[in-house]
Amino acid sequence: MRRRLPPSLLAGGVLVALVVLVAVVATIWTPRNPTQVDVVRRLSGIGQNGFLLGSDQLGRDELSLLMAGARTTLLVGVVTVVIAVAVGVPLGGLAALFGGALEEAVMRVSDVLLAFPALVLAILFAAVFRPGTVTAMAAIGIAFVPSFARVVRGAGLQVMEQDYVTVARGWGSGPLRLMVRHLLPNVGSVIIVQATVAFAIAILAEASLSYLGLGTTPGTPSWGLMLAEAQTYLAQAPLLGVWPGLCIGLSVLGFSLLGDGIRDLLDPRLVERMAQT
Amino acid sequence: MGPLILSRAAGLVVALVAASVLIFVVVNVLPGDPASVILGTAATPGALAQLRQQLGLDQPAWVRYLEWVGGMLHGDFGISPISRIPVGPEILQKLTVSAPLALGGTLVALVVAIPLGALAGIRHRRPSGVVISALSLGGMAVPAFWAGLLLISLFAVRLQLVPSGGFVPWSQDPLGSLTSLALPCLALGLVQGAVLTRYVRSAVIDVQRQDFMRTARAQGLSRWQALVRHGFRNAAIPVVTVLGIQLTSLIVGAVVIENVFDLPGLGLLLFQAVGNRDLVTVQDLVMLLTAAVLVVNLVVDLSYRLLDPRIRAR
Amino acid sequence: MSAPALEVRGLQVLVGETEAVRGVDFTLEQGARTGLIGESGSGKTLTALAVMDLLPDGLVARGEIWYRGRDLLRLSERERSRLRGDRLTMVFQEPLSALDPLMRVGDQVAEPLRLHRRLSRTEARARARELLERVQLPDPVERLRAYPHQLSGGQRQRVMIAMAVACSPDILIADEPTTALDVTVQAEILALLERLVREEGTTLLLITHDLAIVSQVCDQVLVMYGGRIVEAGPTAEVFSHPRHPYTLALLEAIPPIDQQLPNGRLTQIPGAVPGLGEFPSGCPFRTRCLRETSCCSTMPEMAGTSHPVACWHPLS
Repeated sequence: MRRRLPPSLLAGGVLVALVVLVAVVATIWTPRNPTQVDVVRRLSGIGQNGFLLGSDQLGRDELSLLMAGARTTLLVGVVTVVIAVAVGVPLGGLAALFGGALEEAVMRVSDVLLAFPALVLAILFAAVFRPGTVTAMAAIGIAFVPSFARVVRGAGLQVMEQDYVTVARGWGSGPLRLMVRHLLPNVGSVIIVQATVAFAIAILAEASLSYLGLGTTPGTPSWGLMLAEAQTYLAQAPLLGVWPGLCIGLSVLGFSLLGDGIRDLLDPRLVERMAQT
Repeated sequence: MGPLILSRAAGLVVALVAASVLIFVVVNVLPGDPASVILGTAATPGALAQLRQQLGLDQPAWVRYLEWVGGMLHGDFGISPISRIPVGPEILQKLTVSAPLALGGTLVALVVAIPLGALAGIRHRRPSGVVISALSLGGMAVPAFWAGLLLISLFAVRLQLVPSGGFVPWSQDPLGSLTSLALPCLALGLVQGAVLTRYVRSAVIDVQRQDFMRTARAQGLSRWQALVRHGFRNAAIPVVTVLGIQLTSLIVGAVVIENVFDLPGLGLLLFQAVGNRDLVTVQDLVMLLTAAVLVVNLVVDLSYRLLDPRIRAR
Repeated sequence: MSAPALEVRGLQVLVGETEAVRGVDFTLEQGARTGLIGESGSGKTLTALAVMDLLPDGLVARGEIWYRGRDLLRLSERERSRLRGDRLTMVFQEPLSALDPLMRVGDQVAEPLRLHRRLSRTEARARARELLERVQLPDPVERLRAYPHQLSGGQRQRVMIAMAVACSPDILIADEPTTALDVTVQAEILALLERLVREEGTTLLLITHDLAIVSQVCDQVLVMYGGRIVEAGPTAEVFSHPRHPYTLALLEAIPPIDQQLPNGRLTQIPGAVPGLGEFPSGCPFRTRCLRETSCCSTMPEMAGTSHPVACWHPLS
C-alpha cells in the first residue's frame, strides 16, 4: 500500500516554497525599490498612490520591503543552521564514535549552553560585540549547536550498536570511515528534521532581535525591524503592524509544519528516538 | 527521592558555575578591554584609565571572576559604570514588574492551554477539536512581540480600553499597575498557551489509547469519569516534562514583551544596558536569567518525578 | 432450565464499511463456563468488547445482546455503564498496562465498589483487602498501598481478577487472561479464576487461542473463524468429535503430550488468517480448507441442535 504524504508535509512544503520563491524573486525584481524614500507619499493606504500594500512612514513600498525582508529572513535561517550543523554534527558524531571522556565533555558543555536560550545569548553578544546581523547569526547558530550535537549523538549511539557497524569495525574501519560511511548517512534524517525546527526558531529569534534593534541594522529590509517602526504609527496605519508579522508567522509555520511532515514521512519511530536524546 | 534532590542540586550548582564562567569570559575576556567597549572609541585616555580602575581591570581575570561571583552571592551586584547606581537594588526594583508579568503570563497560558488542549484531545476527530488544534498551530508561529503589537493596536489604539504601554508603580495605584500588566500578560500567555495546548492535546489523545483507560471503563466509569479519575493525572506527566522548556521561552518572551509595552522591568533594563554598553548590568542580568532558567528546569524535573511513582521509587 | 445468562443474536461489529464480526449467535447458560476459541483476527475480542460496550472509537456493534430481558444494544450509555463493572465484568490480557500506573492497587480494587455499591472509603478499603485475600495475593494489607509497577505480572492479574469479581458479577469475560504470563503462573491464575466463578456461580466467557485451557476450564465451547462462529457444543463432544474442518485443524495443531505423532510432525493449517475484509465470500475458511467444493462459495448456516456446525461438508 502506498503511504499518503502527511498533510503537514504538503502544507509546510508549499509555505516554505513560497517564502523561498519570494526571496529569490526579490533579488531580481521588486515592484519598487524597497529602500527608495518618498516622504510626500508616506503612510499611503492599500492601493493608494500605486503602493499595492501601502507605504511606510518614510514612503517606502510595503510590498517591496516585505519581499526583500524574506531574503534577510532566509539568509539568517540558512547561516545559523549551517553554523549549528557544521559544529554540532561533528561534535555529536565524535561523541558517539569515541565515547569516554570526549563524549562526557561534549555533553557537559552542551548542557551548559542549553541553559542559554538563543535570544539571551544573542543579546549578550550584541552587548559585547557590534549589534548586527552577523553577531545575531553567530549567537543564534552557537545556541543551536548543543541540540544538534545531542540529537546526532543519540541517533549515532543507536547506529553504533547495529551489527553491521560492529562488522565494519571488525574489518578495521577507522573512525573517520565509520563516521562518513555509516554514521552520517543514518543520522541524516534526524539532522534534517532538527534543521527544519531550528530554522523556524531562528526566524523567530531574528525577528525579535531586529524588533529590539539588536539584529538587522536599519536600512536593510527586515520584518522584525518593520514591526518596530510600525508600532509608532499604529493609529495612522494599523495594517503596517500586520503584514510583517503575518510574514513571520507564515514562515515559522511553514518550517515547523515541514519539520513535522518530514519526521512523519521518514520514520514514525524517529519521534521516539528524538524524545530519548 | 532525597538522594535524587541532592544530586540534582549538585548538578544545578555545577551548571550555575559553568554558566557564570561562560558569561564572564564572553563579557570580560573576548572583547579584550571591557572599558573601551563600555566607553566606545571616542573615550579620553583619562576616562578609560579611571573606568579600568573602577572595574578593577588591573587585577587578573580570575580574581575579578571570583569577586563578581562572590559579590553576587552576598547580594552585591556591582555598580553600573553608566548610571553609577548599584545594580542589585535596581534589579530588585525591576522584579516588581517582571515577576508579576512572568507569573501572569504563565497563568494565562495554563488557563488557555489546559481546558482547550483537553477539549481538543477528547474531540480530536470532531470539528471543534480540529479547529482548536489548528488555532494553536497558528498561535505557535506567532512571535510574542507581534501578538503584543496586535493587542496594542486593537485594545489601546482602536478601542482605547487600556494604555498602549508604560507602567503605573504599585505604590501609586495598584489597580493601574494591574491594568498596565493586562495586555503584556495576555500577549505572553496566549502565545505560550498555544504551544502548551498542543502538548496537552497530544497527551490527552495518547492517554485515551492506554489499556488502563479501557480497564477503568470496564469498571463502569463513563468516558468522562475515566478521564477525570485516571486520564488527566496520567496525561499531566508528559505535559509537566515539557513545562520546563515552556517556562524558559516564557522568561525570554517576557524580556521582549517588556520592550513592546515599555514596561520598566528586567527586560527593558537589559535592553537599555545593551544600548548603553553597560557591561556590568548586562553580565548580572544574563546571569540572573540563566539562573532562573536552570532553577525552573530543576523544579519542573523534580515535580514530574514526584508525580510518577514509577520514577519516584528509584 | 433457567433462562440463559446472555443471548447474542446476529451480532455484527463494523469497522467503517467492513464487517469484522459477521453475524454471531450464541447463548451463555446461567453459570456455564464457555470457551471462545479461534486464531487471532477471528473476531473473538471484538465480540467480547461489543458485549461490554468497550469497542474502540469508530467501531459499531449491531444486532441484539439480550441480558435479563433487555437488549443491551438498545440501552443508553448510562444504563450500560451501570451494568459494566457490576453485573458484567472483564479481565484483560495485558496486566502490565491494564492498571493505572499512578494509582495505588487498593484504590483501583475499591473503584467498582465505590462506584456501584456506594461504599465509603473505609468500607471499600476493608472490602478491597478481603478481595485481595480471596485472589490469594501475598501480604494483602501491604499490597493495597503498592503501585502496579511494584507487582509481578501474575500479581497484577490477580488484582485485575479481584476488580472483576468485586461486585459478584453475573457474567465475567476473560480475554486471554494468562497469555502474557509465565507458564507456571498461568496454571495458578487459571485455577483461581475457575474456583472463583464456581463458588459464585458466575457465568464465564473465556476467550483464548489455547485449546488446552478450554478443555480444563470450560464445559461449552464456541469456535470462531473469520468473524463467524463455525462450531459450537459441549467441550468434550467438540474436541473428541470435531465436525468443522477448522476445528479439526486447530486440534491437530496441538502437540500431544502422551502419544507419538502419527507421522512425526504437527499438522499446520495451510495458509494464514486473511486480513480484515480479505476473507473469501461464503465460508470464510474455504480457501484454506481441503474439503472445499463449489457450494462453499455460499455461506453455510449453523445446523444441528446440541452440536451445531456451519459447514457444507462436516466431518462425521
